[in-house]
Amino acid sequence: MNFIEWIKQPWPWYVAGPLIGLMVPVLLILGNRMFGVSASLRHICAACVPMNISFFKYDWKKEMWNLFFVGGILLGGLITLLFLQNPDPVVIDTKLSTELAGYGVTNTEGLVPKELFNWNNVLSLKGFVLMIVGGFFVGFGTRYAGGCTSGHAIMGLSNLQLPSLIATCCFMLGGFFFANIVLPLILKLHF
Amino acid sequence: MDTATNTFKPPELHTDFEVRSTNQMCVNSSTLDKPIVSNLKFMFAGILFGVILVKSEVISWFRIQEMFRLQSFHMYGVIGSAVVIGIISVFIIKKFKIKTIDGEPIQFDKKKFSKGQIYGGLLFGIGWAMTGACPGPLFALIGNGATVIIVTLFSAIMGTWVYGFFRDKLPH
Repeated sequence: MNFIEWIKQPWPWYVAGPLIGLMVPVLLILGNRMFGVSASLRHICAACVPMNISFFKYDWKKEMWNLFFVGGILLGGLITLLFLQNPDPVVIDTKLSTELAGYGVTNTEGLVPKELFNWNNVLSLKGFVLMIVGGFFVGFGTRYAGGCTSGHAIMGLSNLQLPSLIATCCFMLGGFFFANIVLPLILKLHF
Repeated sequence: MDTATNTFKPPELHTDFEVRSTNQMCVNSSTLDKPIVSNLKFMFAGILFGVILVKSEVISWFRIQEMFRLQSFHMYGVIGSAVVIGIISVFIIKKFKIKTIDGEPIQFDKKKFSKGQIYGGLLFGIGWAMTGACPGPLFALIGNGATVIIVTLFSAIMGTWVYGFFRDKLPH
């Protein structure tokens, strides 16, 4: 197996996790930046529609690095798609695949379930909830919490911050609740 | 507290609304005034992060469902080992007073507790389970060809905006 074929396989947690952890010192050493992504959404608001809201009145240009960073993440996704994409379907736990099959979700070819996340589905009730309401919760919740998985769970915990531990536990609680109790009801919808 | 102090907020209360004090993620501790192109290094860091996010499948909706249903160790392994490496890195940086490539001392800011971490944290957790993505993965997924996630990203920006709009009225 050559190098490219080898690197195209999904990376195990013990490779990816430490690499993600290294983003913390890399950003600090490159220029004192705290690893975090969700603030970029705030900078976009501040740049595009500040509308005299105090929360968006600040010099977003000084935080431009964060926009370059998320632009890089997007490019990283594209580079992977072009050169490093895993050609095989995502291997998922059989319990999950059996359950999803019961809701008509059987395609695991991409990273997102194509039967749920596609352009035709955006205005179906199921698609609206998962894509649009979900996105809204992500943007609202991360800013309310002051950070997301990278800012709180990784950067904050790396710096042993108790508020970040509280936030991380709440992320998990919210997710456990929704994934196990509410999501099955939504997946049952036929429209 | 009497109502007079509520209607007129003294300036020090407003510090809570400033970018740098309220939001760790917005902190730009560097005092150097550098040209915009100097940000390119952060773009390269982002590219690296984007590739890792895709290759480790942590941006996959399926992996997120497995995590919240305790059906796979993968996500816990990724986040757990990232935190361990992060803790060790921060410890080393503090211990040896490592400086940035521009020779500035590296600073860490303490996060202040607010109820937002609970309410916002729960809401974000729900959104994470719905979309299967946190903010970083939204960008990575779009780049990776899941173009419909543009809608989700736009909605997340809207969510951030609405939070900013109602911020003063929300419990913190």
